Formats: sequence, C-alpha cells, structure tokens
Amino acid sequence: METTYETTVDIYEDPPLKTRVRKTFATSWKTLKSNPNLMIGSIILTVMVGIAILTLLPTASTVARYDPTELAVRERINGPSADHWFGTDKLGRDVYSRTLHGSKTSLYVGIGVAIIVTIVGTSLGVIVGYNRVADNIVMRVMDGMMSFPTLILALALVAALGSSLTNVIIIIAIVDTPSMTRVVRAVVLSLRERTYVDAARASGASTKRILFLHIAPNTLAPVIIQASIFFGGAILTEAALGFLGVGTPEFIPSWGNIISSGREFIRVGFWIAFFPGVFLALTVFAANIVGDGLRDVLDPRLRGEK
Amino acid sequence: MTMSTLLDIKNLSTHFNTSAGTIKAVNDVSFKLREGETLGLVGESGCGKSVTALSIMRLVPSPPGRIVSGDVIFQGKNLLEISEEEMQNVRGRDIGMIFQEPMTSLNPVLSIGRQLREPLELHLGMTKQQSLKRSSELLELVGIPDPATRLKTFPHQTSGGQRQRIMIAMALSCEPKLLIADEATTALDVTIQAQILEIIKELTDRLGTSVIIITHNLGVVARYADSVNVMYAGKLRESGSLDQVYKESKHPYTVGLLNSVPTLDLDADVRLQPIRGEIPNLTDLPEGCAFIDRCDYATQKCEESEPELEEVEDAHFGACWEHRRVGKNLQGITT
Repeated sequence: METTYETTVDIYEDPPLKTRVRKTFATSWKTLKSNPNLMIGSIILTVMVGIAILTLLPTASTVARYDPTELAVRERINGPSADHWFGTDKLGRDVYSRTLHGSKTSLYVGIGVAIIVTIVGTSLGVIVGYNRVADNIVMRVMDGMMSFPTLILALALVAALGSSLTNVIIIIAIVDTPSMTRVVRAVVLSLRERTYVDAARASGASTKRILFLHIAPNTLAPVIIQASIFFGGAILTEAALGFLGVGTPEFIPSWGNIISSGREFIRVGFWIAFFPGVFLALTVFAANIVGDGLRDVLDPRLRGEK
Repeated sequence: MTMSTLLDIKNLSTHFNTSAGTIKAVNDVSFKLREGETLGLVGESGCGKSVTALSIMRLVPSPPGRIVSGDVIFQGKNLLEISEEEMQNVRGRDIGMIFQEPMTSLNPVLSIGRQLREPLELHLGMTKQQSLKRSSELLELVGIPDPATRLKTFPHQTSGGQRQRIMIAMALSCEPKLLIADEATTALDVTIQAQILEIIKELTDRLGTSVIIITHNLGVVARYADSVNVMYAGKLRESGSLDQVYKESKHPYTVGLLNSVPTLDLDADVRLQPIRGEIPNLTDLPEGCAFIDRCDYATQKCEESEPELEEVEDAHFGACWEHRRVGKNLQGITT
C-alpha cells in the first residue's frame, strides 16, 4: 500500500567538518569547566605526560638537568640543593632527573596496561556475558587467576618471563584482565535483559549489531572507571614490583625502583623515596578523578540538559 | 468483508524448562488473523499472552524457553522453519512490536534519531539523509512536536508517553503487515493510554496493518479490537468476535474477567466480583479443566477431561463443557 506523508520538516544536513571540530572543542572546554574533578585531574595528567614526552626528546637535559644514570659518587645522599633539587641517591645520581625520566616508564606501564586490559577485558566480558558456553570456560580460567593474590601472581610471572619493561606491562595486564572481564560481564548480563535489547531484536537487529551498537556503548561508563583505576593500579603495581626488586631493571629509572633504592636510606635521605613518591601519588590520584569525571561527562543521563 | 489470512497459528506450544519442571506457557494454541484485523489477546498475568507474542517473533528466551511444536504461518511462510537471518528480516520489517515498558524500551546512550534510523537503514536500505527525513516524518505522525530537534535528544529527556510514541514510530517505520502491542499502554496513565491507542488505531488503519493487542484491560479491547482471544493457563479458552465474546461469553473465565471490571454506571453498593483463587501451577496442571478450582459451573466431567476449543456458534469458539449454562449474569462493560 502506497502511503504519502505530508511533512513540514526540513532535511537537516551535517555541518562542514571545520564547524564540527570547532564545536567539539567548544563543548569539551565547557564540560571541562563544569567538572572540577576532570579539570584538576586532566591538568595533573597533562603535566605528567608533558614531562614524560620532554624527557624522551633529545633536549631532555634542559628539563631534567642531569643524565639520570650519571654517577657522582662523591656527592651521594646529598639533600635537596640548588644543584640537585630533589637531592642525590646512594650513587650520587640526581633524584630530580631520575624522577622526571621515571615518569616515562611509569606512564608507559600505566597506559599500556590500561589499553591492553580495556581491549581484552571488554571483548572477553561482552562475549562471555552473551554466550553461556564461553562464559563457563572463560570465567573458570579467570576465577583461577583471581584466586592468586595480585602481587604473588605477578611475582610468579616475572620469575617465569624475566623482568623487562614490556614483560612488566604484559604481566600486570594479565593479572588485571580477570577483574575487568568480570565487571564488563556483570554489566552485560544486566544489559541483555533490558527491554531495549528485546526491542532492538524485535526490530530485526542481529546479535552482532545488538552487541556492538546497544550493549557495548552501555558498558562504557564502568569500563572507563575501571580503566582509570587500572591505570593508577598498574603504576602502583609496577612500583611494588620495582620495590621488591623484580620490576623494571634498574638502568631504566621508574618511580618504583627509585623509591625502592631510597628505602634503605629513608632515615638519612628521605628525599630519594619522597619525591618520586609524591609524583606517583599525584598521578594515581589524578587518574582516579579523571575516571570519575569522564564517566559523568560520557553518560548522557548525567550530562545534564544542554 | 472477507480478507485474506495474514497470520495462521496452528497448535503452537512453547515450554520453559526450569528446575521445578516444565512450564507449559503456551499449550496447543491455534488462531488466525486476517489482514487489517485487530485482535485482542486477553487474560491475567502469567497466562501465556506475551509468550505467544514472543513465539510469533521467535524471541522466546532460550534456554530455558523452547517452541516445542506448531506452525506460525505468516503470509504463507512458516516462521518457525526459516533461518535466523530470514527471521531478522521479518522482525521490524513485516512484524513490528511495541513493549510494555516505554521507560526502558529505548537505549539510553543512543539519540532518538539514531534509534529511529536503525530499522529504516537496516531493512529499507535508506541512506542517512533519507532515514533522517523519514524519522522526523514518523515522529510528526505520532504527534511529537518539533521532530527535527527531538531526533537529537536522548531518551532520558523524554516522558513515558512520548517514548511510547517513539516506540510506535519505530515499530511502524517499515510499514509492517502486523503490529504486536504487548501491554503497550499498561505502564502509562489513563489519558495518555487513550492517546497512544488512538495513534495506533489511526496509523494501522491507514497502513492496513493487522494488530494484536495484548492486554489485561478489557476496556481497551472493547474499544479497539475486532475479535478477542481469551487465554488462561497457556490455552485459548474462548475466541470470537468482540460482540460474541463480550455479550455471549461461552467460558466462565471470560465471564469472571468481565465481572471484575469496574464501570462507571455500576451502583456504589454493588461489590465487584473478583475471580476467586489463583492461576494454577503451570508445571503441574490438573487432568481436567485448568479453570476447575475457580469455576462456579464445575461438574464431574470437568474434573475428568479437559474441554477442547469447539465452535459453539458461528465463528465463536469456547472451551467449556458447560458453555450452555455460562454467561447470563453480565453487568460489566459494554462494547
């Protein structure tokens, strides 16, 4: 049957790319301003990432002042001074330079782990949340992994794989994946019972479409929070491994192994452990509040009226 | 007026396997629906109305649900035999469905436009421009003001009644042959209910769409349905035209349903007559009639064997041994 509709509605067209980009930036700035958590967290993280990038460049010495591995045995365990802002460690290396160079390692670990865990954990979680057979197999393996304390499992894996920076990232990612999978799975299990999933199926959507269009975007909020927690957690775990002496090798400074090397001198030279500790704490704190802020911003229900 | 049969359901049975036993949610149900006809499927909660609808759409959650037998012939095609891919083309395109909860029927993270465009692009192969235009036309059709702006908003910025209008727009977007409204107005307040039903009626009349209205609201059925199927404990108990079922009820359950509806012209001192007892345990149905414990007309025969649906008068079916004695004391709704 042929039906004609009368309409007064104009077709609206997508604005040109330039306008859209400008609009996106304007909206992002507005959101940042309206959300102090996100603002503060982003500033701290941007500074940290900025430091890490600067130490990667050939001009690193202008920012970090000294080579992080340069020894000056005569000046060992000197307190903060005009020359050595954060003091020197047991081999006379400049703690300030080491801390700055360490940010590279720590952020690399944090971001690497967060990305791997998000991709692997979310994919697995969505699949097992939707498929009962896969659920039984995958979740039993995950349960097995979760039955080990995180650090013990990480230690065992380091012992098995050896300690390089890449290995540390992979190991922490392996250790964290089960909890991400579990979170996503739980969300998917509740989402698949929602009426809009039934409604989508009743309008002819395939399973793939339902998973990717209707379910996956709804897992975004918890995934972002988890990812930000894992980002911070990974930096901490890397530090803990470094502290135990099995993390990143000592010729690559990381906050973890600098703090570790300052441990035995904590009474005579608190600065060795203190300054990288402050950076570490700040970064983890910033990651967590950014996660919270992002959730608020990305969820249309919490975004508020335009 | 004779019209061709659109949907022919034969001996449909859908069971749920649970740890407590097999629930026969739909048990040997057969009925036909003509093109353009509006059918009311009524019964109290848990009698198998929704499962019947889900079985037609092949959306019964499985496990634990399973369509154990029967045929669903839709436009000459048995929907229970075609592949899942073919079925996906039927859903949304040939059969639209509206659900009970308008508040959760829309995906909260996708804009309304994105969701409306979905079936249009999926089934009719429209481009984004075409589907956007069509989406705003559809919103206008279901009476939503300023559709172009509305398309960019998200479900939480929309009221329940508006959401149900959007669901109707979505369900009818591909001009399906059949619309299933599963308790579509139950969650809405009375004035909105009437508006929504009017929209459904107007649009389906215009498109020549057949409608199955699933409801426990007998007033809704009286106003909008051409024919009525009464379900109880997974089986059809009475089936016929609106007048036949409402005025010449042939099953005590139908009488009970009609008697428990309050009406405005009812005297203040007259008490409503609810049906006593409860729906029987579907895992353990009695040998005889499933309604026996709640029935005023029950006899020895009802205990021994279950009455089958039989034609008691022209095109009016009832499943009761005592149907001749039934249906004298009506005081309820008028059609």
